[in-house]
Amino acid sequence: MAVFARPRQALAIAGVLGLALGVGACGTGSSDNSGTNNNNADSAECAPYEKYQGHSGKKVAIYSSIRDIEADRLDQSWKQFEECTGIDISHEGAGDFEAQLPVRADGGNAPDLAFIPQPGLIQRFAERGQIKAASADTKAMAEENYPADWLKYSTVGGTFYGAPLGSNVKSFVWYSPKTFQEKGWSVPTTWEEMIKLSDTIADSGTKPWCAGIESGDATGWPATDWIEDVLLRTQTPEVYDQWTTHEIPFNDPRIADALDRAGTILKNEKYVNGGYGGVRSIATTSFQEGGIPITSGKCALHRQASFYANQWPENTKVAEDGDVFAFYFPAIDPSRGKPVLGGGEFVVAFADRPEVQAVQTYLASGEHANSRAKIGDWVSANNKLDLANVSNPIDKLSVEILQDDSSVFRFDGSDLMPAAVGAGTFWKGMIDWINGKDTASVLQGIESSWK
Amino acid sequence: MNFDFADQAPKMMMLLWGLVAFAVVVGGLLFVLDAVPSYFARRREAQVLAAYASGGPSPRRTKPREGFFALFFLMPAVLLLLIGLVVPALRTTLLSFMDGGSQNWVGLDNYRWMFADDAIVRVLLNTLVWVTLVPLAATAIGLIYAVLVDKARMEALAKSLIFMPMAISFVGASIIWRFVYAYRGEDQEQIGLLNQIVVSLGGEPRQWLLDSPLNTLLLIVIMVWIQAGFAMVVLSAAIKSIPADIVEAARLDGVTPWQMFWQITMPSIRPALIVVVVTISIATLKVFDIVRTTTNGNYDTSVIANEMYNQAFRYGQNGQGSALAVFLFLLVVPIVIFQIRNLRQQRREG
Repeated sequence: MAVFARPRQALAIAGVLGLALGVGACGTGSSDNSGTNNNNADSAECAPYEKYQGHSGKKVAIYSSIRDIEADRLDQSWKQFEECTGIDISHEGAGDFEAQLPVRADGGNAPDLAFIPQPGLIQRFAERGQIKAASADTKAMAEENYPADWLKYSTVGGTFYGAPLGSNVKSFVWYSPKTFQEKGWSVPTTWEEMIKLSDTIADSGTKPWCAGIESGDATGWPATDWIEDVLLRTQTPEVYDQWTTHEIPFNDPRIADALDRAGTILKNEKYVNGGYGGVRSIATTSFQEGGIPITSGKCALHRQASFYANQWPENTKVAEDGDVFAFYFPAIDPSRGKPVLGGGEFVVAFADRPEVQAVQTYLASGEHANSRAKIGDWVSANNKLDLANVSNPIDKLSVEILQDDSSVFRFDGSDLMPAAVGAGTFWKGMIDWINGKDTASVLQGIESSWK
Repeated sequence: MNFDFADQAPKMMMLLWGLVAFAVVVGGLLFVLDAVPSYFARRREAQVLAAYASGGPSPRRTKPREGFFALFFLMPAVLLLLIGLVVPALRTTLLSFMDGGSQNWVGLDNYRWMFADDAIVRVLLNTLVWVTLVPLAATAIGLIYAVLVDKARMEALAKSLIFMPMAISFVGASIIWRFVYAYRGEDQEQIGLLNQIVVSLGGEPRQWLLDSPLNTLLLIVIMVWIQAGFAMVVLSAAIKSIPADIVEAARLDGVTPWQMFWQITMPSIRPALIVVVVTISIATLKVFDIVRTTTNGNYDTSVIANEMYNQAFRYGQNGQGSALAVFLFLLVVPIVIFQIRNLRQQRREG
């Protein structure tokens, strides 16, 4: 049974298709413009990139969880670098980055660089020998530009694997300056004031807080941030460190205490969940929508990170005198300093080709941090970052907090833990907890999963 | 929402290349499959003609050549099966005896974990509920529907209505049903069909997917919705192929519709019924998309395939994930064996 009436006809079709593919391949090949870029490599603009030169025409592939506008902004941020050095950086962002990266690494298809937001995952790759130690240049650059605290997170067994890139500050409570002014409320500076304010708002018939922890695959993470932020306020940073490294059990009474304190807000039917329903509606409300009722006056307070600035509806003015703004999630005992919870991603290399190392070093530099900040919506712990380049007021506040010496900074605990706990049972436990399960059995469940 | 083609140009180009590559590969394959056998056919024709012209006996068809032909057609399938099924299955089995990082042997630890961890036992139980309820409900609904619409007016239309969900992907269907179950606060306008019905009857809106075991049952509804159409189509075809004279004879004997169903229809469509139940059972054991799209396995709704994905790819516990995969494989095996034996038996009877 012949598929084609005449073999010659089939040959012709296959030939034409083959030709088309061949021509196409040439087409994409010729769009590589590395050759023309070398012309301006010696210009004044390119002076800061001199030390990265000498790899013209080489390609570096980056893989991360950063997508859409944020990804476009990243592409833009290293444009000058690409033009001056002739290195072609291709960035790919994926929604299921955390699940895909190990698959790609195991399958021998690892990217050159990856932006990993979980120190726990970096540790996993390091222990399996899949990632390369950072070059001496990268290490020197990182040590110069970042606080020692931050470098610790990407150091496994004494080996430094890569510098931080972007950061965020999580210890923020979003509110509406407009509404606060209308109602005569003032921004609380201590935990007690915050609870008093919540009661005042609740008595006026509005649910003071709104929250949402639904986040697709990652449902539960906003609640882990709550617990971590409260733990940093009820215990010393040392206890926090012991908890994230499992030196004390997950169900230690001090952790249970933090959970219960967070519960006085999150599991309080009088306080939540503005505009969405009862306590359990927190579990099904997406984190993107979580704080939106603030704009319609259905709730007044929403604890969420600096990056929530991007979630507000269009035409919402984010400013100290605007529609929404954020205040620092107050400390419980102000005499113990200013605990700050935050996160960020780290630039880790799966290849040690010189051009990959050049890009890795460049991404740790002040040039890149400022180049990226100028484009908008960017926070970094990089101390070369010029505050004048940060336009968004919340980002400014975040950078100030990160550069403030009195802040006691700690990295997001669930990201520090092994993924099976940090991104597994901890998230799941928080969902169950919001859904009505008691503190003790939730913590017991998480503890027993940590091996 | 605006869709800007210019913005999407790189993706469109990639799509175009994908299509071209697909056309080339498939076109090339079809060409090879077409050209090679016809080349041999023509050569043989020439040989026969030459033999005929020289007046000698026609050359004997040799067996080895036939074997070569068979091999030529079998090779791609065998190769793909090896690469895509046999090797991964063996590797997964090995990995299930190793730790999370696939570096040290841990013996049966992962299997012990599977039956000791409350959360995982829950997952296994959920899978059991799925695999019991879905084939039963989907087949029963499909069968009843097929019998009821048989020879009715507008039969084609009625059948296509039930069959339509089959055309929707599992993820698409799950998203549709997520809207059906959607929840909004009491003072808000409901966007979920189910809650709107509840509210218009004077009730309070509920968060349907939060309460176990109700949520698992509601997810099962989605699978039944998809699979009932499949069951209906196959069973309807089987009912139509019951010889008319048997039906006629039964009618002359004066059977009631009830007797007709149990004594004529059911025995006649038994093979089709088994195929349907087996197919749906296997599909149900593998269910992943529905759970992942609707609840992501939260609120005690997880099933084996979903947990396997989480353990292996998200939590970096390759060993535990592999153990779940092997267990799933073991569950499918008896169903497949049953099906094969059944087919053999039918062939013998036929």
